[in-house]
Amino acid sequence: MRLLAFETATRRLSVALWQDGELIERAEDLPNGGSDRLLPWVQQLLAEAGISLKQIDGIAFGAGPGGFTGLRLSCGVSQGLAYGLDIPVVPVATLEALALAAAEPLVWAVLDARMNEVYAAAYAVAGDAVSELMAPICVPPAVAPAPTFSGGTGVGDGFATYGDGLRARKPDLAQVRADVYPTAAAVARLAAPVFARGAGVPAAEAQPIYVRDKVALTTAERLARGGVR
Amino acid sequence: MASMKVLGIESSCDETGLALYDTERGLLAHAVHTQVAMHEAYGGVVPELASRDHVRRLIPLLEKVLADAGATRGDIDAIAYTAGPGLAGALLVGASFAESLAVALDVPALPVHHLEGHLLSPLLGSEPPAFPFIALLVSGGHTQLMRVSKVGDYELLGESLDDAAGEAFDKTAKLLGLGYPGGPALAKLAETGVAGRSKLPRPMLNSGDLAFSFSGLKTAVLTAVRKHEMSDAEKADLAAEFQEAVTDVLAAKAVAACRQHRLSSLVVAGGVGANRRLRQKLDGALAKIGGRVYYPEVELCTDNGAMIAFCGAQRLMQQALPDRGDGAFAIRPRWPLDELRAQASS
Repeated sequence: MRLLAFETATRRLSVALWQDGELIERAEDLPNGGSDRLLPWVQQLLAEAGISLKQIDGIAFGAGPGGFTGLRLSCGVSQGLAYGLDIPVVPVATLEALALAAAEPLVWAVLDARMNEVYAAAYAVAGDAVSELMAPICVPPAVAPAPTFSGGTGVGDGFATYGDGLRARKPDLAQVRADVYPTAAAVARLAAPVFARGAGVPAAEAQPIYVRDKVALTTAERLARGGVR
Repeated sequence: MASMKVLGIESSCDETGLALYDTERGLLAHAVHTQVAMHEAYGGVVPELASRDHVRRLIPLLEKVLADAGATRGDIDAIAYTAGPGLAGALLVGASFAESLAVALDVPALPVHHLEGHLLSPLLGSEPPAFPFIALLVSGGHTQLMRVSKVGDYELLGESLDDAAGEAFDKTAKLLGLGYPGGPALAKLAETGVAGRSKLPRPMLNSGDLAFSFSGLKTAVLTAVRKHEMSDAEKADLAAEFQEAVTDVLAAKAVAACRQHRLSSLVVAGGVGANRRLRQKLDGALAKIGGRVYYPEVELCTDNGAMIAFCGAQRLMQQALPDRGDGAFAIRPRWPLDELRAQASS
């Protein structure tokens, strides 16, 4: 089985090619997006592996939560490739990929969501198996619910921005690794068993998981808050 | 050259448009989803919500277009998409999908200028105008006069220095309490009023050039609205006068452009081109100079994929097939149309 995976929910963009467990990857820090990188990387990886795009069996992408524009870049590219090749897609939770990339047994995965909020979830990791202990939420760091496990590792750029506040929520954290990012390689490893059991979805059903869904106020809400028409 | 089928994808603002155009048989099918109802509660387009909706709509609309055209994805020979100008997030959705679909199908991807799509949309009609012609682009985002010498050769003659005409309609409608999007509602109200009872300026009517300005007109309406509580009849009169003022200026400058360039064909494109009063004035004025006005089919006045597919097809017929390239792409949220000419001649 051969999979292409994309992860662009954070500033660290990556694309991976997974061939029966063998992984090759391209990654780069691109805070301003990577529309000029993703597809060229795909071509480079295919050339490196000596295969053609037509030999790909499925597309996986980090569906979020994360930067909205990045989520849509990966989602759009995944939709286009999967629809054109008529192959299935597996959307993977970005925080789960972050936990797997950290390779720590107990992970509090936290990404900076800007506007004084974080995306947070908790996972137990054993090999390539990740089980969710706390589902992804969008919350101000000051009131973020702490995972119930003792110790564990705080992972993700949420700790770079809100480290003190988050540590105050969970003083028994054994360590913090703020410089770990979710990767396309981790996305591919999480998606592989899903493809293997035939649980990929059609391209049209591949959608981002935004988590933050309130993105604007209606006119009525603005007026209720004393705003003007 | 054998006939080619070009897929068109438009997602620059609040409409998702897909279409399949055949270089010999013409437009095979097109479908548009408008988000107007979704943005209504917010009093305007919310860019993030627009982007999210495009992601949901693209493939269902593509499947509908292919089914209506009796085609399959394998029949697509090229993919044209709107690369700008427009909302960055919304453009990125269409661009990502179009470019990766092109890679997967191993066909060329053609980035298209949104306004070029509008500009050429009357050529999709049953009686297309001949080149060269003057084009008046009037929408919520643009008010421009162009000289169109041929496909790919556009010269900007004048444009709005501030608000677009459609924007002025929408903002004035808001001031009169007509909701969103208020332009069409304002035009409807204007039909029940009498222009001239309240006086509004004709901004830049005698400026001697082909530039426009509509923000002052909106301010004049605001002043009138604030003066006293207006009756419904007074609002209708003000709406009528506003529409009269905007269309007076648009018509006068469009005719001036035709005269200056000794051209008798005027193409009108963009949402405001559907305004009846504007059409009356333009038709009358062009008839007087022995000319004629060309409008796109009504369903192609708003944003749509057909005009994008058409632009892509024109480019395919003019030039050799572009190389597939390495798949790198870029959107251009701001993209002056006259840069296209430099591109075409290089």
